Amino acid sequence: MLDDFLVRAALAGVGVAIAAAPLGCFVVWRRMAYFGEATAHAAILGIAMSLAFSMSIFVGTLAAALVMALVISGLSQRTYAMDTLLGVVAHSSLAVGLVAVSLMDGVRVDLMSYLFGDILAVSRGDLAVIWMGSLAVCGLVAWRWSALLTATLNPDLATAAGIDARREQLIFTLALAVTVAVAIKVVGVLLITAMLVIPGAAARPFSRTPEVMAAIAMVIGTVAALGGLRLSFIYDTPTGPTIVCVLAAAFALANLRALFAAKRQS
Amino acid sequence: MSLITATGLTVKVGDVTALSGVNFAIRQGEIVTIVGPNGSGKSTLLRALIGAVPPAQGLVERAPKLKIGYVPQKLAIDATLPLTVRRFLNLPHRRTDAEIDQALRDTGVSGQVDRQMSTLSGGQFQRVMLARAVMDRPDLLILDEATQGLDQPGSAAFYQMIADLRDKLGCAVLMVSHELHVVMSASDRVICLNGHVCCEGAPDVVVSAPEYRALFGTGTGGALALYRHEHSHSHDHDHSHHDHEAAQ
Repeated sequence: MLDDFLVRAALAGVGVAIAAAPLGCFVVWRRMAYFGEATAHAAILGIAMSLAFSMSIFVGTLAAALVMALVISGLSQRTYAMDTLLGVVAHSSLAVGLVAVSLMDGVRVDLMSYLFGDILAVSRGDLAVIWMGSLAVCGLVAWRWSALLTATLNPDLATAAGIDARREQLIFTLALAVTVAVAIKVVGVLLITAMLVIPGAAARPFSRTPEVMAAIAMVIGTVAALGGLRLSFIYDTPTGPTIVCVLAAAFALANLRALFAAKRQS
Repeated sequence: MSLITATGLTVKVGDVTALSGVNFAIRQGEIVTIVGPNGSGKSTLLRALIGAVPPAQGLVERAPKLKIGYVPQKLAIDATLPLTVRRFLNLPHRRTDAEIDQALRDTGVSGQVDRQMSTLSGGQFQRVMLARAVMDRPDLLILDEATQGLDQPGSAAFYQMIADLRDKLGCAVLMVSHELHVVMSASDRVICLNGHVCCEGAPDVVVSAPEYRALFGTGTGGALALYRHEHSHSHDHDHSHHDHEAAQ
């Protein structure tokens, strides 16, 4: 069954979706979409590093994403606002990464596949890495769920309840870096934030509790991954962007429905 | 023995020294109110006491197994986070429905359990926060300007409820406030803070202390007297009128 590239692609897409969706809900609640973006963009630096030292792309991107996430969590915001700093860091690391890759002698890489993903080229090995990473993220988020949620609401409230808000932030950062590293093959560095943020955002109008929102986000992410794969096969479009298009459509539909429901009530 | 003791506590926020050399202790069942102007380190002191900011110097000692119920100054729940009252009260630990009903009854918001937190009024929101704080049966209840945004009858009712809860639960209460006249009458002890402890003691003592008058001016002191002693009304009126003219 795994011999079929479409089956592997489908499994890879679902694997990324089930990790990215619940983690992405926290990205949305904590208003950290730009933080996720910067972490993802740093992964291109990791790719350059992996190629230079001929190590695994997964390890390189994981390390780069993790270092970047830790650096920006630790940045003070004295002179510049956080979004300015993130803007500087995100796009600089992307640019430096792209330049570094192009400077490498004798390495011909298809940069597009790292920027937008290459889900149809997922190997059995990639699949194993994606699912191991994704299950680890799901496990981590499920384990820390309550503490992470309390710290997201208010760090002082968490501290008073005996939760170390900074440790929870660190765990969240680690989970984000792993998600970025496993999602690169599927949607690429430029579209990872979409996999994180859009499922949760689309699930919001249907949710009364955080858990329901995360569950619906997982469903939306999975359906979009499979639907996008199918559509890209039919219309011969790039798969990563097609998945994101389906997510965007889901978001629009969800909010249209909420809009009409609100009109009817008023 | 005291529940929390701070000795020579100095706290820095960034490069700024927010508190210096603060000594503080609170006993079981006591209601202590911290007053002080904006930026006087009131919230920082509370945060240092719960362990959210480390002391630059000095020591914070908490009694072993001390349970703290904390109500933050404001809780901005992001609009993207769906949260029912029931789910909020279950954070971070699961509660039984009976415990939740009891806590909401104690704080006068029973029947709101399935509402979204974002749809509650300011007063209901504060009461739900209080319900969550008392659910653990805390030894110490800490409230940071908990009546912000409530009107005067609303905050008076809120303080009455806190006094009742103290009697019922036997917990100590530490609160920060800027509404001096309402708070003070309910407190056992008032601490006037301005980066350091300016003065402290029973409400009557603090109000007449020169340090307090220097911080809050005679106008506020007059308002307090007006609230507590009706007979001084005409005097206070003249007095503040006089002040007003002098300022011009």
